[in-house]
Amino acid sequence: MKLLRIAMLGMLVLGGTVVAGAAEEPTTAPSAQAAPVSLEQALKDLASEDAAVQDAAVQLLIARGDAGLLPKLEAMRADGDRSLRMAIKPVMDLLKNKTKLASSEAEDRRSAAADMATLGHPIVLVWLEAARPMEQDRWVRYTIEESIGLIKLASDDPAVKAAAATKLGELHSQNAVPALKELAGPAAIPGQEPAIGSGAGEPSPEQALVAKAAREAIERIETWGSWTSAIETLFRGISLSSVLLLMALGLAIIFGLMGVINMAHGEFMMLGAYATFLTQEGFKALLPPGLFDYYFLLALPCSFLAAGLFGLLLEASLIRFLYGRPLETLLATWGVSLILIQGARVVFGDLTSVVAPSWLSGGMQVMVGVQLPYNRLFIIALASVCVLGIYFLLFRTGVGLKVRAVMQNRNMSACLAIPTRKVDAYTFAFGSGLAGLAGCALTLIGNVEPGLGQNYIVDSFMVVVTGGVGKLAGTIVASLGIGGLNKLLEPSFGAVYGKVFILVLVVLFLQWRPSGLFTIKGRHVES
Amino acid sequence: MAPISDDNKQPVESGDLPNVGESRRDFLVKSTRVAAGLGVAALLGDLGNWALSYAADKEPIKIGVLHSLSGTMAISEVSLRDVVLMAVEEINAKGGVMGRKIEPVVVDPASNWDLFAEKAKQLLLVDKVAVVFGCWTSVSRKSVLPVFEKNNGLLFYPVQYEGEECSHNVFYTGAAVNQQAVPAVEYLMSKEGGGFKKFYLLGTDYVYPRTTNKILRAMLLAKKVPAANIMEEYTPFHHQDYQTIVGKVKKFAAGGGAAVISTINGDSNVPFYKEFANQGLRAEDAPIMAFSVAEDELRGMDTTALVGHLAAWNYYQSVDTPQNKQFVANFKAYCKKHNLPDGEKRVTDDPIEAAYFGVHVWKQAVEKAGKTDVDAVRKAVYGQKFLAPGGEIKMDEANHHTHKPVLIGEILKDGQFKTVWRSKGLVKPEPWSEYTNPDKGCDWIGHQGTYQKKA
Repeated sequence: MKLLRIAMLGMLVLGGTVVAGAAEEPTTAPSAQAAPVSLEQALKDLASEDAAVQDAAVQLLIARGDAGLLPKLEAMRADGDRSLRMAIKPVMDLLKNKTKLASSEAEDRRSAAADMATLGHPIVLVWLEAARPMEQDRWVRYTIEESIGLIKLASDDPAVKAAAATKLGELHSQNAVPALKELAGPAAIPGQEPAIGSGAGEPSPEQALVAKAAREAIERIETWGSWTSAIETLFRGISLSSVLLLMALGLAIIFGLMGVINMAHGEFMMLGAYATFLTQEGFKALLPPGLFDYYFLLALPCSFLAAGLFGLLLEASLIRFLYGRPLETLLATWGVSLILIQGARVVFGDLTSVVAPSWLSGGMQVMVGVQLPYNRLFIIALASVCVLGIYFLLFRTGVGLKVRAVMQNRNMSACLAIPTRKVDAYTFAFGSGLAGLAGCALTLIGNVEPGLGQNYIVDSFMVVVTGGVGKLAGTIVASLGIGGLNKLLEPSFGAVYGKVFILVLVVLFLQWRPSGLFTIKGRHVES
Repeated sequence: MAPISDDNKQPVESGDLPNVGESRRDFLVKSTRVAAGLGVAALLGDLGNWALSYAADKEPIKIGVLHSLSGTMAISEVSLRDVVLMAVEEINAKGGVMGRKIEPVVVDPASNWDLFAEKAKQLLLVDKVAVVFGCWTSVSRKSVLPVFEKNNGLLFYPVQYEGEECSHNVFYTGAAVNQQAVPAVEYLMSKEGGGFKKFYLLGTDYVYPRTTNKILRAMLLAKKVPAANIMEEYTPFHHQDYQTIVGKVKKFAAGGGAAVISTINGDSNVPFYKEFANQGLRAEDAPIMAFSVAEDELRGMDTTALVGHLAAWNYYQSVDTPQNKQFVANFKAYCKKHNLPDGEKRVTDDPIEAAYFGVHVWKQAVEKAGKTDVDAVRKAVYGQKFLAPGGEIKMDEANHHTHKPVLIGEILKDGQFKTVWRSKGLVKPEPWSEYTNPDKGCDWIGHQGTYQKKA
C-alpha cells in the first residue's frame, strides 16, 4: 500500500499530463465499476451509502469539477446528513481554491496557494505546479513554491523530503518550521514509521539525510527570522513613534509654546476623527461609489479645519481669559473635554465606523516574513510632513517669526506692534488643527468613539514633558525614544508591564532632568 | 406597603384632579349641559378607578434598572436598559403581573463601580424595589454583591461571566464559562471546527479574561495540549497598539493549526482586528474566537477586517425561530417608537436577549409565588422555563444559573453572525469549572451555596 502511494505521488509530481489518469483511478477505490462516469453521476453518488462509491465520486469531482459545481454542492450540503457534509467539505474546499488560484486578484491567488498546503490532497500539487510558471506576481509565486515545498515535505520518499526541506530553507519559510522540527528532531527519526526503516532503533541513511537537510533548513530560517524580527521591531518602533508624534505635535505647540495646559486636546483629536467620519458619510451619500476611496484625502484638510475652527472658537470664548492662570485653564479645558465627550455621544451615538480606503488596507511585503501595513506607512509619512510643515512655518515665515517672538517675550513683542492676541488665537487654532489631523490619522488604526481622545491624552503629555516644554525638537526625539523603547520592551515584558516600565523610566528621567530632554537656553522671561 | 411610593403617588394623583376640575369648570360656563354631564361622568370614572386600584392593593410593583447610561460602559449597557423597559412595557400591556402594573425605576451608575453599590442601596432601601435588573462588568457586579446580600435583594445579571460565584441573591441569565468559552475551544479542537492544536489566549487585563483563561489553560492541559502550544497575553484597557502582539501571533501561527482565543474588551477590538488583517493574517490562517464581540459592538465597527472570524454566544440576532423574529421586530419598533438613538437600525444580541428573558422569568416566578417577596420569588425561579427568543431556556433547580444552548457563529460582512455550530440541547451551567475547581459546587437546595463535592 505504502509503495503504491509513493508511486502515485511520483506520478503526480511528474507533471500535469497525468492529472486525468491519476484522478480517474482513485487510489482507495477497491473496484473499477465504482468509478462514476459523469459529474452528474458523481454528484448523485455522493449521497451513496457505500463508502467506496462515495469516495470515487469525491475523487472525480475534485479532478474534473470547477466553480460551476459549487452552488450545487452548497445546496446539497445544506440539506444533507452528516456523512454527506463531511464528504462534500473537502471537495468544496479544493474546488473553491482551484477557482481562486485562477483569479485575477493576486491576493486571492495567494490565499488559495496558502490554503492548498493544508488541504492534504495530492492533486493540489499538480495544480500548484501548473500555476507556478505562469505566475507573474513575486509573492504569489513565493507562496506557491512554499506550498509545494510543504506538501512535498509530507511525502514518503526521503529524497523528495530532503529536497523539499532544502528548498524551504532557501525560501526562509516560517510556516515550515514545525514540520521541519518534527523531521529534524531525534524523536522523529526512529520508530515513527516502523514499516520503512530497517529496524526499530537505527535510522536509515536516507532518513539521516532528511534530518540533516531539515536541521540546515531550520537554521537558515531561524537566522533569517531573527533578522526579520529586528527589522519588524524597528518598524513598529518608528510606527508607534509617528503616532505619538502626531498626537503630541499639537500639544507641543499649545502647551509647549503657549504654556496652556489643554486637557481637551484629546477631544480635538476626537473632533478630527468625527470630521473624517462625516466626510466618509458625505462621500457615501453624494458621490459615486468609485470615488469613495479618495474620501480620505479630503478628510485630512476637513479634520484639520474642523478642529482648528473649534480651537479658534474655544480660544476666543474661554482660553483667552485664562492666559497665565494654568490651574484655571486646566479645570476649564477639562470641563470642555467632558462636554465634548458627552456631546459626541448624544449627537453621533455609537454607529460610527470609519472604513479605511482600500489603498490603505493590507500591507506591503518587502521581504520574506516582513509585511509593512500601508496605514502605518501612511501615518509615518504624515507625521514627517507635519514636522517639516511646522518647521517651515515657524522658522521660515513671517508668521512663524511673530509666533516665536510672542512666545519668548510677550510684552516686548507687543511694544514692537505685533498683535499678540491675534498671534495667540492663531497659534492655538493651529495646534488644535494638528490634533484634528492626528484624530483623522487615528481612524486608520482604531475606533471612532466619543472616548477616543482619553486614550491618547496621557501619552501625548508624557511625550511633550519628556521632550522638554517649549522645544519641538524635544518632542520629536522624545516620541522616537518612547515609541522605540516601548516596542523594544514589549516583546519580552508584555503590553502591561512594558507600559509600566516606560512610565517608571519617564519618572526617573524627569527626576534626573526635570525640564526634559531639551531645555531652552538663555534668559527666558517666564522662568 | 411602600410608604415613599404612596407619598409620591398621592400628590401626583390629587394634583391632577383639581386641574381637571378647573378646566372643566371653564368649559361648563361656555358649553352645553350635555358636555358638562359627560365631563363629570369622566371625572367620576377617573376617581372611581383610582379609588378602586387602591382598595384592591393594585398599586404598581417597582423594579430597579441598574445599567450605566453614561461613561465608558454606556455603549453596551444602554441597550440592556432599553430591552428591560421594553419587556416591562410588554408585560404591562398584557395586564401586568398578577393584575398589577410594573413600574421601573431607572438609575444611572455612570460606569463608576462605587456608584453601582450606592445606586443599588438606593434602589433597595429608598425605592424598595422588588427586583433589580442590572450590571454588565464583573467588577460592577462584585461591587453590588454585598449590598444585595446584606439587604436580601434580588439581582438578575444578564452578561456572560467568569463564574466562580454562587450568590443567593443573584440569578445569572448570561453564560457561565462552561456555556461559552469551554465549548468554543472544544469546538476549535474538534475535527469539524478545524482541529486546532495551538491556542493564543489574548485578553484585556482584568478579572473576566484572567479567570476564563485560567480555566481554558487547565482544560487544554487536561486535553493533552502541550504547554508550549498555549500562549497567554494581556493588554491594558483601551490598548491601541497591537503591532507587537499581532507579530507574535503571526510567528505562533506559522505552520498552521493555531487559533486566537480573544477576551479583548470594548474599544481595543477594532485596532486589534485591523492590525491583524493589515499584517496579512487571515481567518483561515488563525481564526480569532471572541467572547466579547456581539452584534451590538459590531454596529460601530468597520467589519471588513472581522469577516470570517468566530464568536461564541448563546444567542444571535440571526437565530431562526418565530419568537426571535418577533422579538427583533419588537425591539426595533420599540427603539423607533421611543425615539432612541439609531431607532430601527438597532440590533439584538446575547446580553440583550438574556436581559429580556430575565424580566419574563421573574414575572413567571412572581406569578407562581403569588407575591413579590424575595424569598418566595427565589424559590419560584428554580426550574422556571421560558420560551426565549433563542429557544427555550431553563433556570437551574439549585445553582442560580441558566441552562442555555451554545452557538458558535461566524462574523458576516453586515455585522451579523452565521451559526456554524450549535450544542445539542441545553448546556447545564457550572459556576465552578470542572477543570480548575473540580471539588467545588454551587447548590442552594441541598447545600448552602458553595460546597465541597465529595470525591
